[in-house]
Amino acid sequence: MMMNRNLKDTIVESLTGVSVLLIIFIIVSILAVTIAGGWPNLNWAFLSEFPRDGMTKGGIFPAIIGTAVMTIIMAVAAVPFGVITAIYLAEYANEKSWFAKTIRFAVKTLAVVPSIIFGLFGLGFFIGFVGKNIDGLLNGGELKWGQPNILWASLTMALLTLPVVIVAVEEAIRTIPREMREASLALGATKWQTIKKIVIPGSVSGILTGTILAVSRGAGEVAPILFTGAAYFLSDLPHSLSDQFMSLGYHIYIMSTQSSDVDATLPIQFATTLVLLLLTFSLNAIAVVLRYKIRKKEK
Amino acid sequence: MNDIKVKVNDLSLRYGTNPALKNISMNIPEKQVTAFIGPSGCGKSTFLRTLNRMNDLIDNVTIEGEVLIDNINIYDKNIDVVNLRKKVGMIFQKSNPFAKSIYENIAFGPRINGINQKSKLDEIVEVSLRQAAIWDEVKDRLFNSALSLSGGQQQRICIARTLAVNPDIILMDEPASALDPISTSKIEELIHELKTQYTIIIVTHNMQQAARTSDYTAFFYMGDLVEMNTTEKIFSNPSKKQTEDYISGRFG
Repeated sequence: MMMNRNLKDTIVESLTGVSVLLIIFIIVSILAVTIAGGWPNLNWAFLSEFPRDGMTKGGIFPAIIGTAVMTIIMAVAAVPFGVITAIYLAEYANEKSWFAKTIRFAVKTLAVVPSIIFGLFGLGFFIGFVGKNIDGLLNGGELKWGQPNILWASLTMALLTLPVVIVAVEEAIRTIPREMREASLALGATKWQTIKKIVIPGSVSGILTGTILAVSRGAGEVAPILFTGAAYFLSDLPHSLSDQFMSLGYHIYIMSTQSSDVDATLPIQFATTLVLLLLTFSLNAIAVVLRYKIRKKEK
Repeated sequence: MNDIKVKVNDLSLRYGTNPALKNISMNIPEKQVTAFIGPSGCGKSTFLRTLNRMNDLIDNVTIEGEVLIDNINIYDKNIDVVNLRKKVGMIFQKSNPFAKSIYENIAFGPRINGINQKSKLDEIVEVSLRQAAIWDEVKDRLFNSALSLSGGQQQRICIARTLAVNPDIILMDEPASALDPISTSKIEELIHELKTQYTIIIVTHNMQQAARTSDYTAFFYMGDLVEMNTTEKIFSNPSKKQTEDYISGRFG
């Protein structure tokens, strides 16, 4: 009997150990392969030049800029919207009301919708409906907004990352003790003054974390921008919101599947992957550090 | 007895269907210290929070009866709760300074009332901290976080913060229950000084504290006001048996 229990213990311990090792193995091999393949090709020229020779040579400058601009527009759209929704849910909504329950359900559902569906939605809603109507009303039907561009791609991506922002901010708001709100209200502050001066400043860590998590998620996603604004190749950077753009994730995809000479682009694929990984990892690292610093300061 | 500052008429409060206060009536005198005593769960803190309508924040609370402050019923439909709370300040059981500097804690109330002139704010901050007897301890580090102070100092910062709004009445919900004896005696001294200018209502678990600090004492039990009288009378010769049992330590 005793033997049997000890044996079970050993088996469970080994199983958990193997699982952990497997995860570490996966991460390490991804990093090792990417770094080994990408590092030798990573240099300033690669980061600062346009692709050349049918994209088999040159750099990824427009894809870096495209990804950066897209994530900035995305954050500008998603963060205020997400913060306002989180404030509503945490401060104003009556938990038992059907309206609050509906919003919560919608946020949860939004978080599990496959990203390609967001892409299709962006195509149908932003391009097919909003863009076409803007063209019809302002440009006499001439095609300008009713086609893929960086604005629609960013807004589509904003929808995808919205739940991340809402959840992070709402969590932060809920960690602000009731005593703080009561102290403010007892001094004659209105509810809005309390939110503005106590709740939002106290949630800065959550707002920052949510923003960075959203940005790092959005920077790597391809599916939502596939139909809504990402371009195969552009010889110029986007100049307006109605221009298309190149993106790192999409660039990797086309390099490895659509290129005329996939083998010739292999070094570029690796180096681009490395850039994308470095970008998302460092954004996540910043989020972790910020959260840690602000939490420490709060104490 | 001094003039009546707060007059409570037949006040009842329920959480859902659960009665927490039953037909309370009392008069609270101006510029005196009135203590509420009673065992845990007797309703004394709940009653205190009806006086600045802090219970409004809790769902499912029903309040009946009236509370007249300066002869105005604060449960009247057209009462502005925000103005009421400026007039009736509150100190909480657990000191709750904001995660801001000492200066910004005190300036919070004046700022939300639209005072932004630096010289005016400086003056209010200094006067309030002096009134709360903590100016000398913090004058060299006004811009340090209020959270860096000790518990007793934090509680006096909270008192200064309330004074900065210039209230008439200060409600104190067991203000010293989390403090050491030295900090407690500082708060008690402060209460003694503040009563020359403010009407103070203090909830306390500590009967010696009620006896030391208050002029009037009200004894609550199971949501009822058992009796209220001068503190001297309550502690030497209470008229109800329940009060006598409680203050002599036979229960509670």
